[in-house]
Amino acid sequence: MDNNNTLFTIAVFAENHVGLLNQLSIIFTRRCLNIESVSASQCSIPGVHKITITCYSNRTIMEKVISQIEKRIDVIKAFLYTDSEIVYQEVALYKVPTARLLDEEHLEEIIRRHNARILEITRDNTIIEKTGHYDETQALFEELIRYDIRQFVRSGRVTITKSPHELVDRFLTDQEERKRRIHD
Amino acid sequence: MSEKISGAEAIIRGLVAEGVDRVFGYPGGAIIPVYDKLYDHTDEITHILTRHEQGAIHAAQGYARVSGRTGVVIVTSGPAATNVITGLSDAMMDSTPLVVITGQISADLLGSDAFQETDVVGITQPITKWAYQIRNAEEVESALARAFYIANSGRPGPVVLDFAKNAQNQMIEWHPYRKCNFIRSYNPSPDIPEADLRRAADLINAAKRPLIIAGHGVMISGAEDALRALAEKGDIPVGSTLLGLSSLNSDHPLFKGMVGMHGNIGPNFNTNRADVLVCIGMRFDDRVTGEPDKYAPQAKIIHIDIDPSEFNKNIKAYATIHGDARKTLEGLLPMVRENKHTRWIKSFDEANAVEREKVIKDAVSGSDPLAPPHMGEVALAVSLAAGPDPVLVTDVGLNQMLSARYFRYSAPKSIITSGGLGTMGFGLPAAIGARMGAPERTVCYFAGDGGFQMTIQELGTIMQYSTPVKMIVLNNDFLGNVRQWQALFYNNRFSQTPMINPDFNTIADAYRIANERVDCREQLAPAIARMMEHPGAFLLNVRIDECDMVFPMTPNGCAVDHIILNQDNEIFTMNDDGQQ
Repeated sequence: MDNNNTLFTIAVFAENHVGLLNQLSIIFTRRCLNIESVSASQCSIPGVHKITITCYSNRTIMEKVISQIEKRIDVIKAFLYTDSEIVYQEVALYKVPTARLLDEEHLEEIIRRHNARILEITRDNTIIEKTGHYDETQALFEELIRYDIRQFVRSGRVTITKSPHELVDRFLTDQEERKRRIHD
Repeated sequence: MSEKISGAEAIIRGLVAEGVDRVFGYPGGAIIPVYDKLYDHTDEITHILTRHEQGAIHAAQGYARVSGRTGVVIVTSGPAATNVITGLSDAMMDSTPLVVITGQISADLLGSDAFQETDVVGITQPITKWAYQIRNAEEVESALARAFYIANSGRPGPVVLDFAKNAQNQMIEWHPYRKCNFIRSYNPSPDIPEADLRRAADLINAAKRPLIIAGHGVMISGAEDALRALAEKGDIPVGSTLLGLSSLNSDHPLFKGMVGMHGNIGPNFNTNRADVLVCIGMRFDDRVTGEPDKYAPQAKIIHIDIDPSEFNKNIKAYATIHGDARKTLEGLLPMVRENKHTRWIKSFDEANAVEREKVIKDAVSGSDPLAPPHMGEVALAVSLAAGPDPVLVTDVGLNQMLSARYFRYSAPKSIITSGGLGTMGFGLPAAIGARMGAPERTVCYFAGDGGFQMTIQELGTIMQYSTPVKMIVLNNDFLGNVRQWQALFYNNRFSQTPMINPDFNTIADAYRIANERVDCREQLAPAIARMMEHPGAFLLNVRIDECDMVFPMTPNGCAVDHIILNQDNEIFTMNDDGQQ
C-alpha cells in the first residue's frame, strides 16, 4: 500500500520564463494536490531557475507528476526526493515585542540553545532569525509563543542533493552534443 | 540595406517561411494589423474564413491530421481566444500540431481588464504544449519559429502565440527568417537504446500469444509500413485504437479490428488472453482499457511512445521504449524472428465470426425496405461507394462509433475524429479542413442531429469555398449515445435527449448545398450514389430509428473481455483454447 503521507521534495530546473510557476502549479491542481511550500531562485547554470516544491502524497502519484512536469517545454529536468536524499534548509523569522523579551531573563539562553540570531532590535520589536528544518524552526516558534509573537514566517525549502552526479549538467551536455549534431 | 517592417508583417512572412499556404481564422479588433498584412500576401497564403472561431480551430485540426502539416489559426483576443479553447484541448488530447495566433490588447494595458482582454496564456497553459505572449516585435521571429518546432516535433500538440497589438504595429528590421530546430530544455527525438529494443524483441520472439495495439502514434510518425512488416514477420495480430484506425488497412489479414468500449470482440477479448502486448503510440485511455486493474492480466506489456509521461500513467508496462514509433519499429524489425501463431490468430477470427453473426449482420443490413436504415448500414454503404481511399470524419456519439466500426480503411490517415476530448461539433469544421488538406480524397462526414447543430453554421464556410464535403447526418431526433446509456443503465428515463429539429434539407437549400433525404432503406443506395456523383458538397439527411444502438459494448468499470452483445445483455463467451 502506498502511504499518502510522505513529504516529497520536487526539484525542478527550468528556463526562467514568465508563467513558469503556473505551468507547474496547474499540474498539482489537476490532481488536487496541495503544495506545502515552494521556493524559486537562480541556480548555478546561467539562465536556469531551480524551483523546489514540497508536497504530501505517495510515490506513485508523485512519479506521474514529475513526468508531467518534465513534459513542459520550458522544464529542463525534474527530480523527486525524500528527505534522506537531500540536504535542505528553511529560514524562519520571528517578530517579538522587545519589551517582552527584556522582561525575560532566559532570552539569551533560548537564542543560544536554538542557534538562532537577532537580526534587528528596535524600541518596539525584535526580529529573530532561525535556519533549520521544519521541526527546529517550529520548536523555536513554540517557545517564543509566550512572548506574544507578532509575526512568524517560514520560507520554502532550499535543497541540494547528496548525489555524486549532477544530472542537470549531464542532460544539458547531452543536449549541446545533440545541437552540434543537428547543426553539422 | 535592411528593411523595416511591422511585427504583423513579420509574422506573415514567418508563416510563409514555415511553408504555410493556408490558415483558418476570423478577424477582430486586436488582430486587425495582422489581417491587414495578410491582405498583401493572398497569393502566398489562403485564408479560410469560418463562421465561428471554434470552426476555425477544428478545421485546422482536420487539415493537420489528414496531412501531417501544422494547422494554423488566426483569431482575435478575448471571446475569440476563448472560443478556440475547446479545439486546443481537443488537439492536446489527440496530439494534433497547431499554431494558434490570438490577438491581444496592447502590452501597456495588460491586466487592466481592457476591452476584449483575456488571460490567454494563463487559460491555455494547461491545454497546450506551449503558450507564449509576444509583447515586442523583436520576439516575433523566435517565438514563431519555436512555435512551429514545438507543435510538430516529438508528440505533436497545439501551441498558442498571444500577439499583443503594440507588437503587431511596432517596426523592426527584417532579417531572413531562421527556423528553430533546437531548444535546450526539449528533446523531441531521443536516441533509442539498443538494449531496450533487444529486450522488447526477446519478449516478442518468446511470445505465444502476442497482440499489437496500434495507436495514433503509428500514423503521426509514419510507421505504417514498419508496422505491417513487423506484424507479418512475427505473424502478430493487430488491433488498433480509434485514432489508430487505418494504420493497417481494414482488409489486411492480420488486422483484427478496433479495441475499446465499442471495439471488436477479437482484439478486446484477446487483450486479456495475450501473453505479450505491443502497444505502439497509444496511451491506454480508459475507453480502451475498461477497468485498468483487470486489463491484460496475463500480458507483459511493451509500451512504445514518444511521450514518456504516458509510461505507467494508466497501465503499468513491463518494458518501455521511449522514442519515435517508426524508428522503434524499424529497429525492432531485424531483431524479431519470423514466426507463426496460427491457432492464436484463428481465435480472433472465431471471436469475430461470433461478432459478425450476433452483431455486425444486423448492424449493416436489414430486410424491411421501408424501414429506416441502420447507422452501420449507412456507414458501410457510404464507405464502399466513396471511391479510392476516402477519409472518414466523424462527430461524436453513436455516429462516431458506428461509422468508425463499419467504414473500410484503405490508406493511412483515413479517420479524423475527436477521440480524447470527445468534442461534439468537431466533425463538420474538421471535415472542411480535412478536404482542404487532402483535396484528392473524398471526405465523408458523419454526424448525429445533435453534433451537426453544434457547428452547423460552418455550412456557410462550405458554401463560400465550395468545399466538396459529403455530409451524412444520421438523424434520429435524439441524442443517441446518451439515449443508449439511459436505455441500458438508467431504466429508459430519457432525460433531455429527445430533440425537435429543423428540416436540415431546407437549411442546406438556404446555403445552396445539394441535398437529399433518405427515409427508408430502399432509398439509401441510390441516394448515396447520387451524392458521390455530385461534384460538390452534398448533405444526406438520413432518418434513423431512435432505438438503433452500438454494440458490442464493454460497460464502464468492466474488464475489456466483458462484452455485451445486444440490448438483451447477452455476454460474449468463448472457450479459452487460443494457445498454440
